[in-house]
Amino acid sequence: MAYSDKVVDHYNNPRNVGSLPKTDPNVGTGLVGAPECGDVMKLQMKINPETQVIEEAKFKTFGCGSAIASSSLATEWVKGKTVDEALAIKNTDIVRELSLPPVKIHCSVLAEDAIKAAIGDWKKKHGVEVLISEKASH
Amino acid sequence: MAVKLPIYMDNHATTPVDPRVVETMLPYFTGKFGNAASRNHSFGWAAEEAVENARQQVASLINATAKEIIFTSGATESDNLMIKGIAEMFREKGNHIITQAIEHKAVLDTCKNLEKHGFEVTYLPVQHDGRISLDDLKAAIRPKTILITIMYANNEIGVINPIAEIGKIAKEHGIFFAVDGVQAVGKIPVDVQKDNIDLLAISAHKIYGPKGVGALYVRRRNPRVQLSAIIDGGGHERGMRSGTLNVPGIVGLGKACEIAQKEMPEEGARLRALRDRLKAGLEAKLDEVYVNGSLEHRLPNNLNMSFAYVEGESLLMGINDVAVSSGSACTSATLEPSYVLKALGVGEDLAHTSIRFGLGRFNTQEEVDYVIDKMVQVVTKLRELSPLYEMAKEGIDISKMKWQTA
Repeated sequence: MAYSDKVVDHYNNPRNVGSLPKTDPNVGTGLVGAPECGDVMKLQMKINPETQVIEEAKFKTFGCGSAIASSSLATEWVKGKTVDEALAIKNTDIVRELSLPPVKIHCSVLAEDAIKAAIGDWKKKHGVEVLISEKASH
Repeated sequence: MAVKLPIYMDNHATTPVDPRVVETMLPYFTGKFGNAASRNHSFGWAAEEAVENARQQVASLINATAKEIIFTSGATESDNLMIKGIAEMFREKGNHIITQAIEHKAVLDTCKNLEKHGFEVTYLPVQHDGRISLDDLKAAIRPKTILITIMYANNEIGVINPIAEIGKIAKEHGIFFAVDGVQAVGKIPVDVQKDNIDLLAISAHKIYGPKGVGALYVRRRNPRVQLSAIIDGGGHERGMRSGTLNVPGIVGLGKACEIAQKEMPEEGARLRALRDRLKAGLEAKLDEVYVNGSLEHRLPNNLNMSFAYVEGESLLMGINDVAVSSGSACTSATLEPSYVLKALGVGEDLAHTSIRFGLGRFNTQEEVDYVIDKMVQVVTKLRELSPLYEMAKEGIDISKMKWQTA
């Protein structure tokens, strides 16, 4: 199977590889997928509790080239975005950007799940105050 | 010496045609193009003579007689013919067939097809080393068993079954023994007499011959095996396989068998040394790599290894100037990894990390060394990228984690 140039580029030069301290209250960690399915993504974000802006994002992925590219792209996209903006990223955006074939769509779904899981973890850490600020903004 | 890229190390899938084979085939496309069934002119006679010579070459490789060799379009047809042919011919006698879980699809799907037509099939499990248990086999035999079909050596893990012992059991019970010999014939000594094999499927393109041609050995004495044809027509190949013979292909298969027989001892030893070098090189530089299946009972040219925490397809992408294959099935719609590794009891997580190296006649030591370096480089890079490797290094037991599966 041929990979798109963008998948190859992310595979050869993955962006934002690494880990952030899990216990940092400002870091949200998302771990999605399963080893027996052949895909596991760990996505971490450091989020400013005042501005809700994602200041840093890191990933590690066990999976095929498309899974690596999807998570690498996800870290690029969420950086600098607010939590709400990041939550608006859809897997179909990733499919389009990386020209993923139908059999690889699950990789993009996993990347979207990872974004949501990381933000969910951060929200859990901040509990009530996030809920209040969310209400205030609505 | 600089190696020439890309490197082909997927010789279980197919092999390049040996130049000596090509040369032998060439006259049969043009000057000697006759139909081997044309009995009344020299063009036909020349073709027939070439076919009979090839029949002898194939027979000689497996210790059979020329009359016991039927030419086919390849091993898938041979597998179909030996199983369906026996099933059809002896369905009055019984409707039970024994095979095993890690056969090639040409055997498994043929058996599944027969199940739709009133046959019962036992799929024996394999042990962790990839071989069937003889006790399981004996226990599976019923009064209605007419056929045991077990492959000589597996195409993914290269593990060799106890064929002589199985043949003995089949003979004692008066059951036909059909063997898919595709990966073994021409690579290791195969003797249909010593192994009590009644039917043996052979492919040309796995032994440096052309694609689109194969053979089926059908025993003629002790016992004489009769088969129903699955392709009807002009009654070629003693009525067992109609269709004008593929003379150039058959000549190529014959020549490939002749070369294999002559060079097997030397080539086997050379490939085994290369395989052992590859294995040792990878194990010396990488931790947590595991050989899948028995190392003792294995084809000399096969190495199937799992590289823990690194998904197989991403590995293939990293070593894209080396042609190997992976047990990961990331591309398949089902996302199921190799059914062979699964049957061995290899965890699905490790099955996704497996690579099959198939060494061949034209691989060199320099190529093996290049592959070792490249594999080490890519595995190391991908482990840096792997959350599983990081967790394992932190002492987290991945198998005990609760994963959210879709």
